[in-house]
Amino acid sequence: MSKMRYIAGRIMGYRLFLPLLCLAIVLLVNVVKTPSFFEITIRNGVLYGYIVDIMNRSSELVILSIGMTLVVAASGGTDISVGAVSAVSGAVAIFILGGGQTSTDFYHAPYLLGFLAAIAVGALLGAWNGFLVAKMKIQPMVATLILYTAGRGIAQLITEGQILYLRVDHFKQLGGFIPGIPLPTPVFVAILCILVTLLLLKKTALGMYIQTVGINSKAARLVGLNSTRIKFLTYAFCGLCSGIAGMIITSRVYSIDANNAGLNIELDAILAVALGGNNLGGGRFSLLGSVIGAVTIQALTTTLYAMKVSADQLYVYKAVVVILIVALQSAELKRMLKNLRVRVAVQTGKEVA
Amino acid sequence: MEQGNKVILMMRHISKNFPGVVALSNVDFTLREGEIHALMGENGAGKSTLIKVLTGVEEFETGEIRVIDRKEPIINRSPHEAQENGISTVYQEVNLCPNLTVAENLFIGREPMKRGMIDWKTMNKRSKEILMNLDIDIDVAVALENYSLAIQQMIAIARAVDMSAKVLILDEPTSSLDDNEVEKLFQLMRHLKDKGVGIIFVTHFLEQVYEVCDRITVLRNGKLVGEYEVEKLPRVQLVAKMMGKDYDDLAAIKKQNDNQEIGLGEVLISAEQLSHSGTIKPFDLKIHKGEVIGLSGLLGSGRSELARAIYGADKADAGELKVNGKKVLIGAPIDAMKLGMGYLPENRKEEGIIADLTVRENIIIALQAKRGMFRLISKKEQEEFTDKYIDLLKIKTADREVPIKQLSGGNQQKVILGRWLLNNPDFLILDEPTRGIDVGTKTEIQKLVVQLAREGMAIMFISSEVEEMLRTCSRMVVLRDRCMVGELEKEQLGQDSIMRAIAGGAVNE
Ligand SMILES: Nc1ncnc2c1ncn2[C@@H]1O[C@H](COP(=O)(O)OP(=O)(O)OP(=O)(O)O)[C@@H](O)[C@H]1O
Ligand SMILES: [Mg+2]
Repeated sequence: MSKMRYIAGRIMGYRLFLPLLCLAIVLLVNVVKTPSFFEITIRNGVLYGYIVDIMNRSSELVILSIGMTLVVAASGGTDISVGAVSAVSGAVAIFILGGGQTSTDFYHAPYLLGFLAAIAVGALLGAWNGFLVAKMKIQPMVATLILYTAGRGIAQLITEGQILYLRVDHFKQLGGFIPGIPLPTPVFVAILCILVTLLLLKKTALGMYIQTVGINSKAARLVGLNSTRIKFLTYAFCGLCSGIAGMIITSRVYSIDANNAGLNIELDAILAVALGGNNLGGGRFSLLGSVIGAVTIQALTTTLYAMKVSADQLYVYKAVVVILIVALQSAELKRMLKNLRVRVAVQTGKEVA
Repeated sequence: MEQGNKVILMMRHISKNFPGVVALSNVDFTLREGEIHALMGENGAGKSTLIKVLTGVEEFETGEIRVIDRKEPIINRSPHEAQENGISTVYQEVNLCPNLTVAENLFIGREPMKRGMIDWKTMNKRSKEILMNLDIDIDVAVALENYSLAIQQMIAIARAVDMSAKVLILDEPTSSLDDNEVEKLFQLMRHLKDKGVGIIFVTHFLEQVYEVCDRITVLRNGKLVGEYEVEKLPRVQLVAKMMGKDYDDLAAIKKQNDNQEIGLGEVLISAEQLSHSGTIKPFDLKIHKGEVIGLSGLLGSGRSELARAIYGADKADAGELKVNGKKVLIGAPIDAMKLGMGYLPENRKEEGIIADLTVRENIIIALQAKRGMFRLISKKEQEEFTDKYIDLLKIKTADREVPIKQLSGGNQQKVILGRWLLNNPDFLILDEPTRGIDVGTKTEIQKLVVQLAREGMAIMFISSEVEEMLRTCSRMVVLRDRCMVGELEKEQLGQDSIMRAIAGGAVNE
């Protein structure tokens, strides 16, 4: 009995327990509602099914939430420009590869050039955010608001206000399938991003530096850390992630629509960080938590679609579930419940006496 | 009980566990009307926890708390509820809002209102009065962070006192105060005592206990050792009760004094007209290898600021600094660290600990920062280093992977000290290194400082306690009004000469 309790305590004390539990609950709802939810079939040599779909669709959110996690951890603020930056990156890629034409079916420049340019632009815009936040000490929300609004304008400038199409099969592969591989490419990209970041955090002191700066930047300075540089790096990295996500987003639809690419995705990215059990005030963080958070958000959307909730009602349901999940993780609520129990106990105790 | 003193607070059989730690086990505590009651014990004995349990910061598992005028036992679920039950507290770590004004801090949560709005005028006026009563004459409309830790501490006390409490709890309130301020605080405490307030006083300063307290309750390892009347418990016995073994701290100190012969080494650091505008006026100073140089002066005299200017914590804006005879430019602390300096800051909570990081991470972070991002100290080495300092400094922690914020105040201080010892600097600045550290360990640390100096390290020692400085320092610099006013050589060092110099008497210049 006490051993069971001990084990239960250990499991519940595990940092990722709550995020995982939330994901599990969202998925389990489907067992009842949509029994076919967990089926995976093979069609034309590729895997199909809701689960594959969730993994696929959540990829760009996962990538964005990685960058967002680091930004939140180091600066205690959020980067609300990631969606707009993705759009700029996508626009740059299609502009270069499509030679600036509205619609084309061959590359006008080597793919690698377009890809690297997109990512470099993402990193550059991230660096701009980092400069404003770390060096100019502007509040993150305000600093990134600049690109949140101006970013789409820049993307419009590049596309000259039009939707640019790039109908090249090779271009569609990043957001679709590589021939002969049964899993969608975005999943691999996302996993690669996670692994590289984890490696960076664990094999260098970067993870410890970021947390130190996020927890106590005065103390961080006195132990020899350069918090300006570290904050700057996280924003630049976040921009880089936005660039990669932008590439996936444009590849999915082989086009760039400056107004709608990655629209509102910054909110989901922030939410993913929160659902992952991370404190939006900065400091200690869990990258995998955010990843789970991102997958949970997508799982929720897919679930609601599978339950035939119409797209315009989707947000209401989503909001309700998000409130529940956040409440479940809130320490304050736990305390209130505990107090309530104590109060009830005291009351009943009195009656007995 | 005796002299008709009414019991106003009674805690019985209180137990409290943290994961892996029994913080309190079956502890009793009784407070009477109009008494000052010392709560004593080593670092991590459970003093702060007992107070947190009483005031609703932490929950307790078993036991009961009774206060006068209440038939039922009470449970405070928050400090606010405790206040409603007449219990007011100043916690070990100053718990105010640095960016609010002094007045706002004094009246937070109970602001005087006029027509639905905060009545700033009244608030500022009353703040002024409250502080005047304590002889603190400062601008109350300025943000709290502009004042030294000691002033902040006094404001926290003023706030608690003003809540017209029946029980006033002071958890190590004097650790950042100098003698004059302590005296002021004692006057205040005696005054409240006469009004019938019961005061719980946590401190590591034995002299203070014998000066103001009526009774002593001693805790050891979360257990109650006993309750004693001050007159009936001589100092040596008190120390023995706290440590659980015979230990004569005074004798230990004497012994240490005898072998304080240190030959001066060559000049390591030399400052010429170094200054930081607004905090420290230009000063010349030479620091030699193998010496412990003390900085003394009243709070606000610039003693911490002088150290900060050398270390680059506040980047010096004029003057010249030489290390080993070479002119250096220090733009940020990391530059100083690379030149072999280390700095233990005065304000542990704001500038020392990285609260959510583990003990291990807190110890190695400075060394890691010096090595650079890409040369990660291996896990094995990190653990070895950590264990070494947990051992050496007798840090009481359940595990090296515990977040530092869960350690007791004194143990946090030891971790920060360990952080800098691990760095093995040539020049180590210690600003109030023994703050909040218990009697036994305190002498150990003082010995360690002298020992390190003998091995060649240059140490700058800052402390509000003059005796501590006398015990460790071989030379002393005196500061007044943000200005270095002179030096006292070894022969001149004595309680009186220092006090006179600090207060503004003759110093050889
Ligand atoms: N939040 C917490 N989580 C886990 N352990 C804790 C927590 N708070 C205190 N402890 C542990 O409880 C014990 C008692 O700590 P407490 O702070 O009461 O000591 P103290 O007597 O006030 O010591 P000091 O003189 O250093 O202030 C310590 O071993 C400490 O590590
Ligand atoms: Mg304590």
